[in-house]
Amino acid sequence: MSGGDTDLVGDLLDGRYRALARAITRIENRSPGYRDLVAALHEHTGDAEVIGITGSPGAGKSTLVDKLAKAYRDEGLTVGVIAVDPSSPYTGGAVLGDRIRMASTTGDMDTFVRSMSARGQLGGLSTATGDAITAFDAFGIDRIIVETVGAGQNEVDIVRTADTVAVLVQPESGDDIQMLKAGILEIGDVFVVNKADMPGADRTVKQLSEMLEGRDNGEWTPEIVETVATSGEGLDALVETFADHRTYLESSGTLEAKARTRYAEEVRTLLREDAGRLLEGEIERRGGIEELVDRIVARETDPYTVADEIIEPLAECLAREEAEPSPR
Amino acid sequence: MSVEEDQRAIRCLVAKVGLDGHDRGAHVISRAFRDAGFEVIYSGLHNAPDEIVQAAVQEDVDVLGISILSGAHNTLVPKIVAGLEEYGAFEDTLIILGGVIPDKDKEPLQEAGVDAIFGPGTPMSDTIEFVRENAPER
Repeated sequence: MSGGDTDLVGDLLDGRYRALARAITRIENRSPGYRDLVAALHEHTGDAEVIGITGSPGAGKSTLVDKLAKAYRDEGLTVGVIAVDPSSPYTGGAVLGDRIRMASTTGDMDTFVRSMSARGQLGGLSTATGDAITAFDAFGIDRIIVETVGAGQNEVDIVRTADTVAVLVQPESGDDIQMLKAGILEIGDVFVVNKADMPGADRTVKQLSEMLEGRDNGEWTPEIVETVATSGEGLDALVETFADHRTYLESSGTLEAKARTRYAEEVRTLLREDAGRLLEGEIERRGGIEELVDRIVARETDPYTVADEIIEPLAECLAREEAEPSPR
Repeated sequence: MSVEEDQRAIRCLVAKVGLDGHDRGAHVISRAFRDAGFEVIYSGLHNAPDEIVQAAVQEDVDVLGISILSGAHNTLVPKIVAGLEEYGAFEDTLIILGGVIPDKDKEPLQEAGVDAIFGPGTPMSDTIEFVRENAPER
C-alpha cells in the first residue's frame, strides 16, 4: 500500500469525513490500490447493522430512508446511506437525486449520504456497494441503509449485501399476478406498504399477506408494516420490526451464516474477475479474440477447443503447484 | 500485478443556495451534464451553505456547480468556500457559479475561490468543456 493510502486508512479510522468520502471514491473508481485499501479496512468492521431498502420508483424509498435515518439519529446512532441510482448505458451519465429527499438530516455530517450510480457494471456494482459498506463500517457508523430501485437482478444482488431487507410496496401497484412473479417477494424480510393513507392500502396489505403465506423460510415470517413516510406514521413500528429481525438473526445464528455466505461469494466474485483478466491476457498473447473467432468461423477449430487451449497452461501450472507446493 | 481498471466518472454537485425558488436552469445543467457522461447529484431548492458543504464533502464531488439568481452570492458563496476548507475539501473541488452575477462581483468571487462564472446565455458546451478540462485529478 502506498504512503497516501496508509494515511487515508488512518484518517478514516480517526473519523475524518473527507477520508471516508475519498475512500468510497477510490472504491467506486476502482483506482489502483483500492483493493489494498478495502483489505486494510476489513479488520475494523463487523459492528454495523446493514438494512437494504428496495422497491419500485415512486414508492417513497428516499423519503422513508430520510425518516429512518432521523429516527436512528434521535437514538444517538450514526447513519450511513448508500443511495444507488441507474446510469445511462449510452453515456455513463447519471442524475443521482435521492439527496433531495434527505431533508430531515441535511447539514448533519453523522448522516453520511453517498450516491452511487450503476456505471454500467452489473456485477461490479454489488462489489462496489459491498466495499462502500466496509468503509462505512470501519469508520464506525452504526446503521447503514442501502437504498436501490428494485427493477431487476442487479438490485437483488445489492440488497443481498444487507442483513435485513425491506421491500417497499405502494398501494394498488399491481394485481395479484404481479405479486406472484418471482424475485422481489422472495428477498424481503420486511414488507412496507408505504403511502398507507392512500385508497387501496388495505387491499394491498391483504394481497401481500396472502402471497407471503406459506413462504416459510425457517423461523422468520416476513412482517408487513404500514407507513406514511411523508408524515412519519408507522416509523416506530418499522424501526421496531427491524430490531426484531436483527434479534432473530443474532439468536438463530442466521447473521453469522449470512456473513459467511457473503464472504464466500465475495471471494468467488473476485477470483472470477482476476482469473478472467489472466485469461484475457492469454487471449491477447494468442493474437486476440478476433483471430481466434476467425479460425472458428473458418471451421478450423471450435469454441471448446479454443477454450481448452487457452486454459491449459493455467491448469498445468496449478497441477505442478499441487505436485510440488511452492514454499510460503 | 495490477488488476484494477480505472472507472472514473466526473462527479458534480448541482446546488441551489438560498431563497430563490426557480431551478429550471439547474435542471437544464443537470441534464446536460448527465448527457455529457457526468454523474450529477442534484440537491434541490433552498439549500443552506452548510447543507451544500455536507453534500459536496460526502459525495466527494470533483465539481460544485452553484446556481444563484437571488443576488445573495456575496454572502453565501464565501460561506460555502469556508465550509469546504474546514473539511479539507476546498483544494480539489472545482467551484463554478451560474445564474445572475453582476460583472463587478465577479472578480471578488474569483478571489474568494470560485473557479469560473457562467452567466446567462453561456453555451452549455462551454461549461462542459471547462469542467472536462479543469476537473481535478484525483
